[in-house]
Amino acid sequence: MANAQPAETFSPIFGRLTLDWIPYHEPILIATFAGVALGGLVVLALMTYFKLWGPLWRDWVTSVDHKKIGIMYMVLGFIMLIRGFADALMMRAQQAMAAGEAAGYLPPHHFDQVFTAHGVIMIFFVAMVFVTGIMNYVMPMQIGARDVAFPFLNNFSFWMTVAGALLVNISLFVGEFARVGWLAFPPLSGASYSTGPGMDYYLWALQIAGVGTTLSGINLIATVLKMRAPGMKLMDMPIFAWTTLITNVLIVVAFPVLTATLALLTLDRYFDFHFFTNDFGGNAMMYINLIWIWGHPEVYILIIPCFGVFSEIVSTFSGKPIFGYKTMVWATACIMVLSFVVWLHHFFTMGSGASVNTFFGITTMIIAVPTGVKIFNWLFTMYKGRVRLEVPMYWTIGFLVTFTIGGMTGVLLAVPPVDFQLHNTLFLIAHFHNVIIGGVVFAVYAAVSYWWPKAFGFQLSDKWGKRSFWLWFTGFYFAFMPLYALGLMGVTRRMNSYPDPAWQPYFIVAAFGAVLILGGIVSTFVNFYVSIRDREQNRVGDDPWDARTLEWATQSPPAPYNFPESFRVNGREAFWQMKQQGFKWSGHYTPIHMPKSTAMGVLIAAAALVFGFAMVWYIWWLAILSFAGMLILGIAHTFNYNRDYYIQTDVIAATEKKGATA
Amino acid sequence: MLRLRPLLLASAGAFALSGCQYHVLSPQGWVGDQERNLLIISTLLMLIVIVPVLIMAVYFPLKYRADREDMSDYDPTFEHSNKIEVVIWGVPILIIVALGWFTYDYTHKLDPYRPLDHLGAGEPIEVQAVSLDWKWLFIYPEFGVASVNELAIPEGRPVNFSLTSSTVMNTLSIPALGGMVYSMAGMETKLHLIADTTGTFPGRSAHYSGPGFSKMTFDTLSMTDEDFNAWVAKVKETGGELTRASYLELEKPTIDEPVHSYASVEDGLFGRIVEMCVEDGKVCMGHMMMQDELGGGGLAGIPNAAAYSYDRARTIDGFGNLIDLPEPEVNAFHEAFLNDPDAICGPDFARTSARTEEKNNG
Repeated sequence: MANAQPAETFSPIFGRLTLDWIPYHEPILIATFAGVALGGLVVLALMTYFKLWGPLWRDWVTSVDHKKIGIMYMVLGFIMLIRGFADALMMRAQQAMAAGEAAGYLPPHHFDQVFTAHGVIMIFFVAMVFVTGIMNYVMPMQIGARDVAFPFLNNFSFWMTVAGALLVNISLFVGEFARVGWLAFPPLSGASYSTGPGMDYYLWALQIAGVGTTLSGINLIATVLKMRAPGMKLMDMPIFAWTTLITNVLIVVAFPVLTATLALLTLDRYFDFHFFTNDFGGNAMMYINLIWIWGHPEVYILIIPCFGVFSEIVSTFSGKPIFGYKTMVWATACIMVLSFVVWLHHFFTMGSGASVNTFFGITTMIIAVPTGVKIFNWLFTMYKGRVRLEVPMYWTIGFLVTFTIGGMTGVLLAVPPVDFQLHNTLFLIAHFHNVIIGGVVFAVYAAVSYWWPKAFGFQLSDKWGKRSFWLWFTGFYFAFMPLYALGLMGVTRRMNSYPDPAWQPYFIVAAFGAVLILGGIVSTFVNFYVSIRDREQNRVGDDPWDARTLEWATQSPPAPYNFPESFRVNGREAFWQMKQQGFKWSGHYTPIHMPKSTAMGVLIAAAALVFGFAMVWYIWWLAILSFAGMLILGIAHTFNYNRDYYIQTDVIAATEKKGATA
Repeated sequence: MLRLRPLLLASAGAFALSGCQYHVLSPQGWVGDQERNLLIISTLLMLIVIVPVLIMAVYFPLKYRADREDMSDYDPTFEHSNKIEVVIWGVPILIIVALGWFTYDYTHKLDPYRPLDHLGAGEPIEVQAVSLDWKWLFIYPEFGVASVNELAIPEGRPVNFSLTSSTVMNTLSIPALGGMVYSMAGMETKLHLIADTTGTFPGRSAHYSGPGFSKMTFDTLSMTDEDFNAWVAKVKETGGELTRASYLELEKPTIDEPVHSYASVEDGLFGRIVEMCVEDGKVCMGHMMMQDELGGGGLAGIPNAAAYSYDRARTIDGFGNLIDLPEPEVNAFHEAFLNDPDAICGPDFARTSARTEEKNNG
């Protein structure tokens, strides 16, 4: 323990922030900072040179268009994926090195921040952001809507998520991040055992981003329930719209639990409360129950929209309706309800009685039934179909294989006595990466390659798409199969170094897998680059995949109003029916009522970011000021009556004509 | 079960030969054995459905690819079949029913709180395990000895662990013997394990607990009764004394603590560790709960807070160094309150606290 943390001081102006908290003695962080600063400067310079600031502000930052916000979510997701994956590479490198007497290159103080940041970023700022982005982009068009129910709220939710993500990244260069694991169990995360600003960065980043997530959940529920095209019954919606509805119900029910739990921990840390401390009657087990009451539904929040993505893709590329539509809907609804009665399986080893453990073990296994049924439904959608093996189908088949294996290991962990052995081992790590990479990441990649031509009017490169798939797919197996093996040796997670050199070969193979995944991620960006470069050759029509749902009835890219006229829907697969019946837009347009852009979302979120930073560093005057700023801006926005405009018929006609020839 | 046995033996043998320590698959005690059996039963049960799914997932897209010669089996309207629905719901449900039955049975059989008397093995031995920052303390109450970062147990005799922690959560994990259970401050949890063979088995904390976590490892020495008695005798000769004072020294955070032992252990030490009152002047948990039950100290009790405070004295920085915080002072507000409660809380308060007082005395 040669090092020590900077002394706790307090000044009225800077709170506890001192120069000692700038990690200029950490070469890794200095290099990262230099890289980020340099890259940032280049981007800023290029944007100034090409005069992009105006368009960026007008067309994107202040936009309330669900499609633009969806795309911005995806951009945020990819940026944070780089950050989260850099953490993963660092961990794999450390564990490949630190066998026996070797200490590796990361001391615990740094390593512990890295694994915490990896988990937090990958769940909250990569996976959540990706699925929210896809739901935002696709769902309104699938139900024949022009936008979400509350367009301004949508913009505000996005920028709150960005504020949370920025706060996490600021912690890299100002201060430190938490060293507690991604769920921050007390007492370790309490005031006594996590001094310094790291844990406070965690709390405020998640609270700020959580506001965005909850509001976005409310928004998308309202959209599904109130904004469907005339004639579209709930049971006529595409499966993806169903999964969006169910996911957002989960968000709205579960996220307040997270908010409350983190608020209690904040009271413990800031005001010397004793909810979760050892002394004064506090009880850490309460936190662990509460956080998992949010945490288990959270994993379904991530995976259910992905089930929706795969349903759309399987059906389109098999040239058939989804097999067992009703079963699919009811299976998803079952999962929604069951996800709230399984949380205790995350801590069977806490010493609950056999009956309690049995109950939660069996409820968990029951979830495997509807999930298994869904897998069969996708299989039988392909059965007797015309399966086109395009890139989105590669990801789908990769998902079916990988996710099934992950599901099996998940059920193993749901058996309490098996979990007693495998709890907190690398077997668990392998399991949840097996379902999150095999499920969520593969779904995001499938969705990006599937809906990209809709969003931009040209296709992604087939060659690079397949390279990306094969690298991710094989990389996953190389990276995580060794962890299953290590788990069966009883190897614990989160170890900065380990005594047994016999484990090292497995960690080296895992590190090699991580490098393959790196190749997959690089291929993705190369793919974006070459596809955008060759966009003129890659142009496609409005319906390149011969798809079945309404988003493909719009132009590619869709006009701001999505659909030029209102229309009636009769039954499922509305767009497929339209194609069968030779549907054409009538050309009798009426002016379309649209929401106006507003800067208020980004301004309030900026104030929230400042507030978070001020709270982390105890800069009370700034916290009061920025909090007041948020309130004043929010109230001021209610006096803005200039919120809407009409797109006139001549503009619609011109847009539609242009689209038809493109 | 009989049919499974050859398979279990074969797989266990394969792993034993491979030279790696697949402790979960080839454990050295009854508890671990049972857990391993259940792992294999569950896996086999699930493979009934997993294998066909994996085959279909690859076979269907290849068989029904769009560029196949004979497209006559393409049925673009095939979207429902009661027969298939019955199978795809029925088979997983049957498997889960079977798995649920095994789960119920084994979870009760292998409850970590259940003593292993039913094995008819030797006399059980008590071990009190305390997770400290960042090392393990094992107290053997029957022998009055204790060891740090080394656990000695006699082979073939059940070990009854009582677990607690000095600060944050940890887990006592000895994969070669069986499952793990959390250790938590202010609480006592139980774990029952047994070693069927002699040997040295790695043990560690399996729940991340701070900067020194990775070094919280220990060897479990499973030995014959004779060797165990010799071990106890040796510790009695060479070890130091574990008193409340030396415990408080030991409890201070260290990383990579070497193995050492204690020839004597002060009476009731473990109980005091659980109740967080090893230090003089601290109120034990049991007393605190009784006081709370009787209505608590109320605002008048605030000046006594130090007697209940525990975490504050153990505050550490990010590298595991103790931070020396001054004792909390009774602030001006409380001073004013003590001088004149009515001025701050109004006359009602005085009546309520008088009632509390009465209740406490009565």
